[in-house]
Amino acid sequence: MAQVFPRSANQIAKASVVLGAVLAVTVAGIVVFVIPRSAYVTRQKEARAQPVPFYHLHHVGGMGIDCRYCHTSVEKSATAGIPPTKTCMNCHSQIFNQSPTLEPVRASWRTDTPIEWVKVHDLPDFVYFNHSAHVNKGVGCTTCHGPVDKMTYVWQEKSLLMEWCLDCHRQPEKYLRPKSEVFSTAWKAPSNQLELGRRLAAEYKVKTQVTCSTCHR
Amino acid sequence: MSQERVPAVPVEFQGVRRRPDGEGPRRYWKSLDELADAPAFLEFLHREFPEQASMFEDPKGRREFMTLMGASLALAGLTACTKQPAEKILPYVRQPEQLVPGRPLFFATAAGHDGYARGILVESHEGRPTKVEGNPDHPASLGATDVFGQAHVLGLYDPDRSKTVLNVGQDRTWGDFRAALRETLERQKARGGAGLRFLTGRVTSPTLAAQMAGLLAAFPQAKWVSWEPAGRDNARAGAVLAFGEPVEAQYRFDRADVVLSLEADFVSSHPASLRLVREFASRRKVSAEKPEMNRLYVVEGSPTSTGASADHRLALRSSEIEGFARAVAAGLGLPVEGGVDHAWVGPIVADLKGAGAKALVVAGESQPPAVHAIAHAVNEALGAVGSTVAYTAPAEAAPVGETAAFKALVGEMRQGAVEVLVVLGSNPAYAAPADLGLVEALDKVPLRIHHGLYIDETAERCHWHLPASHALESWGDLRAADGTVSLVQPLIAPLYNTLSEIEVLAAFGEGEQKAYDVLRARWEEQMGSIDFEKRWNRALHDGVVAGSAFEAKAVKVAVGDWAKAGQGAAAGGLEIAFRTDPAVFDGRFANLGWLQELPKPLTRITWDNVALLSPKTAAALGGVSTEQTASGHFTEVAELRIGGRSVRAPLWVLPGHADGAVTVHLGFGRRRAGQVGTGVGFDAYALRTSEAPWAAGGLEVVKTGESARVACTQDHWTMEATAHEQAAERHVVRAVTLADLVKDPHAVHKMGHDPAPGLSMYPGHRYEGHAWGMAIDMSACVGCNACVAACQSENNVPVVGKDQVGRGREMHWIRVDRYYEGPPESPSTFHQPVLCMHCENAPCEVVCPVAATVHSEEGLNDMVYNRCVGTRYCSNNCPYKVRRFNFLLYQDWETPTFKMMRNPEVTVRSRGVMEKCTYCVQRISRARIDAKNQGRDMKDGDVVTACEAACPAQAIVFGDVNDPGSRVSKLKASERSYGLLTELQTKPRTTYLAAVRNPNPEIPGAGSEAHHG
Repeated sequence: MAQVFPRSANQIAKASVVLGAVLAVTVAGIVVFVIPRSAYVTRQKEARAQPVPFYHLHHVGGMGIDCRYCHTSVEKSATAGIPPTKTCMNCHSQIFNQSPTLEPVRASWRTDTPIEWVKVHDLPDFVYFNHSAHVNKGVGCTTCHGPVDKMTYVWQEKSLLMEWCLDCHRQPEKYLRPKSEVFSTAWKAPSNQLELGRRLAAEYKVKTQVTCSTCHR
Repeated sequence: MSQERVPAVPVEFQGVRRRPDGEGPRRYWKSLDELADAPAFLEFLHREFPEQASMFEDPKGRREFMTLMGASLALAGLTACTKQPAEKILPYVRQPEQLVPGRPLFFATAAGHDGYARGILVESHEGRPTKVEGNPDHPASLGATDVFGQAHVLGLYDPDRSKTVLNVGQDRTWGDFRAALRETLERQKARGGAGLRFLTGRVTSPTLAAQMAGLLAAFPQAKWVSWEPAGRDNARAGAVLAFGEPVEAQYRFDRADVVLSLEADFVSSHPASLRLVREFASRRKVSAEKPEMNRLYVVEGSPTSTGASADHRLALRSSEIEGFARAVAAGLGLPVEGGVDHAWVGPIVADLKGAGAKALVVAGESQPPAVHAIAHAVNEALGAVGSTVAYTAPAEAAPVGETAAFKALVGEMRQGAVEVLVVLGSNPAYAAPADLGLVEALDKVPLRIHHGLYIDETAERCHWHLPASHALESWGDLRAADGTVSLVQPLIAPLYNTLSEIEVLAAFGEGEQKAYDVLRARWEEQMGSIDFEKRWNRALHDGVVAGSAFEAKAVKVAVGDWAKAGQGAAAGGLEIAFRTDPAVFDGRFANLGWLQELPKPLTRITWDNVALLSPKTAAALGGVSTEQTASGHFTEVAELRIGGRSVRAPLWVLPGHADGAVTVHLGFGRRRAGQVGTGVGFDAYALRTSEAPWAAGGLEVVKTGESARVACTQDHWTMEATAHEQAAERHVVRAVTLADLVKDPHAVHKMGHDPAPGLSMYPGHRYEGHAWGMAIDMSACVGCNACVAACQSENNVPVVGKDQVGRGREMHWIRVDRYYEGPPESPSTFHQPVLCMHCENAPCEVVCPVAATVHSEEGLNDMVYNRCVGTRYCSNNCPYKVRRFNFLLYQDWETPTFKMMRNPEVTVRSRGVMEKCTYCVQRISRARIDAKNQGRDMKDGDVVTACEAACPAQAIVFGDVNDPGSRVSKLKASERSYGLLTELQTKPRTTYLAAVRNPNPEIPGAGSEAHHG
């Protein structure tokens, strides 16, 4: 009986073993190194719908309201603070006070029930981030949160992976800005950022904190 | 059952001295097993966990286990593919003014313990109370807390608390109750309240007392009885004997050079213990510059923490102490008869005389009134009044004859004279003396109303059960033993539909009233309306009402019948002593897992009470067989019989117990406490009578031949060497007498073999900023366990249960090791809190394959839970045995109230993860960030660890060892400072100050104290 496979099939078989191994390594590499960093997993740049169509684009970009008008505890506490309904009503009891879009806000005010905002920047529960420690040392809001003044619904600008944290914790000079510019949305890193950053780091006594217990406890 | 056991030699007293090498006993030892080098002890010593503790014991389930493991491995892989679920943020609608989200607030309030106030500061995270600290401005706290104070938050969040009004088991509303009550009260009103009786616990609250007085005025025939199972009748009656009025003795231990305690356990069971410990310990912190300290003599039957702190402890049966006290008084020239001479009387009398006004004699509640009167007379004769002791009015509203009044009430109930019984916050159906037959009497009362936190033994026998608000949910006021009033303010709105005692009492009088209004109205009356708002706010803010402490009273001892010879010792045979439990007190805390799982200061037993007896008494009973196995101790059960009543109790040999006596602890054997406390231990109240509440003679101990499992931690986490390795004795405990320390200030350093500094081939770590360290003064530590409870609360440490504790899996990050020195009959006792040493050359760090435990820049030994894969190599390599592994899912992840209770600053650990003391790294972080935000450097005292904050003795000091001026640096430079197992070159950051004892060389046998190795 004639051979079913020609002699050259041996080569194909050998090649397929090698190619298979390469493929397996590639797939494993993708699974380990690419997928966890992908926007699919980190949900980076994915604007999240909220119960009220609150646009930073309008309030920050358009009206120029300072971050701290709503995020009052950002300089004092671990959390920047989500404004109470009262803060919304300060203005919206006067303007757009009949707007159907703002009905959930008025309902919250009337019924004393919190608005259920969707968390956008959600760190794992074993990570303890402190806003005050950063904004008081010259880390700007937009450094991590991106161009908030251009966002309709807010999205997560950065990956929030540990390597992203460590990038700054190892070399804070890459990102530091003068304290006066921390809440500025217009700040652009100057061409001499590294030089500026080093000067600011010395001035503000910024220490590179890469000990595990800095964030994990 | 048999599978659980490893071969073990039953240890009996006779075996204690029988050591394989035939040498004398070792210097410091933790258990009789250790003294005998029993195989089970060696198992615990050489292995982190006994060999079979981690065995899979259910033979049927093994195959199933493999299947499940296979499936869970596959599923565990899948979980990595899921994305984080979306979370919600719920901001306030109107944010409270002082509140900054993410920053805790602290409110001053008071926790009642046994009726007396302990000032506390409660940490509140966005309205959820999570942690209790002491209130430094409160005289009964001075910033410290005890274990009960720490468990206060657990009591609030206990899921077993009662939640609704019940009428014969049916859910009702408060409205239903009020309507029913209105009818009843109308009937009673007509008869002046002749059938109306109120039963409460001890009341020190001025507002509650005033309400009660108002009610009694409205119902002149009604009666109010306040009664505590562990009352202070003897102390009050003693004061009446001596002075003719029930004054409260206010002790000043800081002024006392020589103290004689006649069974007074002032360290743990006195209304002002926290202050007394602070004062006592302040006189035990010896240094080269100030080589002086106080001296404490303790005469007691059952070993207590007070006895463990003594320089000389004499074990006498409770009934024999009166004779001793009389001999001391006679020796001091008082006209007191009936003294029973003892070799120690002479030297003690001389010492007391020498100290004069700086001496102090304290009598314990378990002693009869005459002994209290004798103590008062001796103090007066020594000139101590006004120096080490002062007298004031008592803090409670009804101070005298609690038991007598309670007995009379039960009598009335039996006769049918009581038509309506209102029980407020008391549990007589469980804790009443057995001779009163309370339960039958209770059933004769036509209408019974119970108000309490739990549906307990009394609630189930009452027609109405009213759920009580927890003290952290209600307004009120309380007095401390010195009279200082604290306002009690709520930290949170009631979790359930509950009312406080003030509100329930209001329903009997004025009708529906808020406790806040009642309280405020009363205090406006007291403080006056001028500037009232300011004073009220000040009192709330400070946690004390300024100037409310009682004035000292001038009282004079009158010699009376008490000076004549006593009624004689208790009936022959064995004597039984009843004591409150160091963990669950009189049983009211039985459902709190933190307290149940605390290893008791001396026995180191958790989740149980046992019948304690001395080695000699055990021998007289033919030996008590206690086997230590991989799943706990199995010890013989005996029937304790007295006066026709009996209970079955596990026997336990406790070194230092008085011979011819057995001690049982109250508070166990609850028939209805909740998921945690029901059926734990045996009910010692079943043997207790109203005539002899603390000690009784004529006990019979009949062995049953059965054995019971007891979870005792005394041999867990042992660091000592075995007897065979005596040559390499490890000097874990170092103790020295004051005389020896004065003779040779370096005596402590000479005890060990500290390696020369710089003896390493590797360069050390460099710490440029802070370097955290801790010093623990064993001379001050009284072993009260407050640090353990505080750590549990602060760091979300889980409760594991009796079974797991028996296997050596308790999770406490800090343990208080108890060591004995000397013969088992009369050992000296030492307490040593052991937590992570944060070694500079940490053996755990180098063996972790995934770098889950690493060194921080400030010298902390960090534990990274999310990296840990559970190899347990680290704990295997830890010479101090301070690492704890989550063998199972110990945390309760489901119960909603426990989620509210946890410290949000600390990760909640899951199964398969190693954990250990972090030096409260969350507090370091908070202090660091606060300092940075304020633009300053951290200073000494900015970081206070949870254990340090709780410690009443201030034995724990934490700080920066890089700062030569810090308190911790100064302590580490002390001539008493030493490290544990430093010969291993681990360079521990936690170090100890050797215990110093101040024995009187005149006391016979005191010479044995002087030898040291």
